[in-house]
Amino acid sequence: MTLSWRARVALFAGHGARLATRWLRRGGGTALPGLVAGTIAPRLIEELVSDRRYDTLTVTGTNGKTTTTHLLVTILKEAGFDPLTNYAGSNLERGLITAYLSDMTDKKDPGQNQTQFAVFEVDEANLPSLLPRLQPRLVTFLNLFRDQLDRYGEVDSVMGGWQEMLAGDSAPSHLVLNVDDPVIARFDEFNSAGTGIVEDDKQSVTTYGVDDQAIGLQLREHARDARFCPRGKRYEYDAIYMGHVGIWHCDCCESRRPDPDVSARKVVLESSRSLVTFSIAGHQMDFELPLPGLYMVYNALAAAASAHALGVTPEAIVRGLSQAEAPFGRQERFVFEDKAVRVLLAKNPAGLNEVIRILNSTDGRLTVLAMLNDGVQDGQDVSWIYDAEIELLADYKPIVIVSGSRAHDMALRFSIAGIDPDRIEPDIEVALDIALENVKPGEQLDVVATYTAMIDIREVLARRAGVASYWERPERRLSVRGKS
Amino acid sequence: MTAERVSVGSIRVVSLFPDVMNVYADRGNLLAIRHRASEFGITIEEFDVGLGEQLPPEADLVLIGGGQDCEQHRIATDLALQRDTLLAWAEGDTAMLAVCGGFQLFGRWYRDRQGRMLPGVGLFDVTTLAPDLEGGRAVGDVLIDSGLSGIGEVVGFENHAGRTYLGPAARPFGLVRHGRGNNGDDGTEGAIYRQAIGTYLHGAVLPKNPRLLDRLLASALSHRYRKSMELDSIPSPYADRAHASAVEIARQRSPIWTA
Repeated sequence: MTLSWRARVALFAGHGARLATRWLRRGGGTALPGLVAGTIAPRLIEELVSDRRYDTLTVTGTNGKTTTTHLLVTILKEAGFDPLTNYAGSNLERGLITAYLSDMTDKKDPGQNQTQFAVFEVDEANLPSLLPRLQPRLVTFLNLFRDQLDRYGEVDSVMGGWQEMLAGDSAPSHLVLNVDDPVIARFDEFNSAGTGIVEDDKQSVTTYGVDDQAIGLQLREHARDARFCPRGKRYEYDAIYMGHVGIWHCDCCESRRPDPDVSARKVVLESSRSLVTFSIAGHQMDFELPLPGLYMVYNALAAAASAHALGVTPEAIVRGLSQAEAPFGRQERFVFEDKAVRVLLAKNPAGLNEVIRILNSTDGRLTVLAMLNDGVQDGQDVSWIYDAEIELLADYKPIVIVSGSRAHDMALRFSIAGIDPDRIEPDIEVALDIALENVKPGEQLDVVATYTAMIDIREVLARRAGVASYWERPERRLSVRGKS
Repeated sequence: MTAERVSVGSIRVVSLFPDVMNVYADRGNLLAIRHRASEFGITIEEFDVGLGEQLPPEADLVLIGGGQDCEQHRIATDLALQRDTLLAWAEGDTAMLAVCGGFQLFGRWYRDRQGRMLPGVGLFDVTTLAPDLEGGRAVGDVLIDSGLSGIGEVVGFENHAGRTYLGPAARPFGLVRHGRGNNGDDGTEGAIYRQAIGTYLHGAVLPKNPRLLDRLLASALSHRYRKSMELDSIPSPYADRAHASAVEIARQRSPIWTA
């Protein structure tokens, strides 16, 4: 099959928009070209999928989409593939089309027999409408937490969309599921209960989870969502790892968290890395994951399980994960002369709770620049900061500077948690300088930021450190610059 | 009436279904009460009442937040069993704050999308209709002028599908200046009955509306000691600044109310 004239015109216009945004050095370059092309040819995705024969893998869930996608791409590269991806986290239709466009410009055609993977993070609310169009080979589910209720609606509505999708005609042939999140683990029932979607029975589901109860939480965090089983009874837990994620069981439906195919048997969390033992199809692999935090272990597990489902060897998986780097703004580190800055994205209660856990494992003095924005992409409702356990930071007596368009809301939240901020400065660049003055040589500043605040501060830090802007794919940076 | 000024005391705070009706971070109201009470030297005894659990014998302050639609059904039945106690508490001037879904369930009834009627506590003379899907949700910043003396402007964030209408015996909590309010039709927001306040405002509402917070604490103390009590004036600079900034944002971002 060849592309229609409409699709060709759309691609041409999309390329034009792509060159224009790059030439103007506008950050919109991850979405605008796709928006232009998608408007001209509404069926462009369908045409590209069938014409280019991509093997599409999608990653979705509330937290961890960008990092998991990035880790999966790293593993696939280690295994000898050269996947296409929406690198900068632009995860709506326009972002996917932009990724296709970049693939066609930056690369030669793949070899005849080489599988061309397209690894996409997809917005959880948009997955049901995009899935029949993308026809992915693999759909990886991460977790479902409350997130920006003014934008996504209630958790139940996202879950309902997924369930309808999985019971529908164009359900994917292979699922990768986090068994520790009961909502997601139960997607396996669409398979075993014979509701019709997955034909090959157990072959078509790969599961992952954490099997180290020693890292379970002592207190129940507030940000729990899947509290009731389908029959309306509360889930019980042998261990809770984060929010409602853990070793769950339900007496009323006689269901329990299944044993995962890919698991973390041992996890030692340190302030700048994790030491883990993964079990992948019976192989025990010890390695060092260079990204701290339990949620990064989950992201690594999701990437490992997805790669395993594609037939990548455990050795290649571990080699990929061992050299993982943070994607932009997710624990990304910038070093300036004698001080370092770490950027931690936190855009919902579950994510912020995990960031707090990382901060609490930091040795020495803690200096935090907390930036709360209320743009459409952040969620205009800032209520969610009251669902996160900021109280847990109080014992560490951090120096706190608050910033962003809702700096005063953030300051109030800290003061209610017993931590009076040292400064309130809505302008993020001024706030960064104030925060850095509070950091002693050899120490690190932790920037905790909502999405748009992260994008903005990351630009400032990148400019100062001479690092690429977020929309530039790092490995192709030089050639892109050469063109402009 | 002379009010006694206090700087110490103790109040009993009852949170209804805190693990179910907590979706919109209304737990922030309890956090603000704890923090403010400690500034005044007021001791708090906290009671959480979960599904199927009994109310404690007495309460000076009752809190209930918002939940998801399906969770409303879960608690409606439970709440109906506690109806008489809650009504008696309200008549006895227990302070209450019912937000969003909690406010709806404290009304006479709630009719869901399928046309099913959920009976409410009937504490406020209000009724709520869930609109059909095209009706859309009311989502955005809200600024109201409170009908309570000394409270003035109250700011928050609304996110609700249900439309609530006041009955003849109901008094609104405030009049909408920016945003949608109870139903988008009549410019009212929330309801008041004796010392009970119902509202759609999240934010959470108490942290960034310090006058409202102090009033609820004073009401709770008055209930506890059976005489009118006022709190000393202790500044709350963080709350004042957050209030002012949220008011400004609501003015800029939310449509001005026109009938």
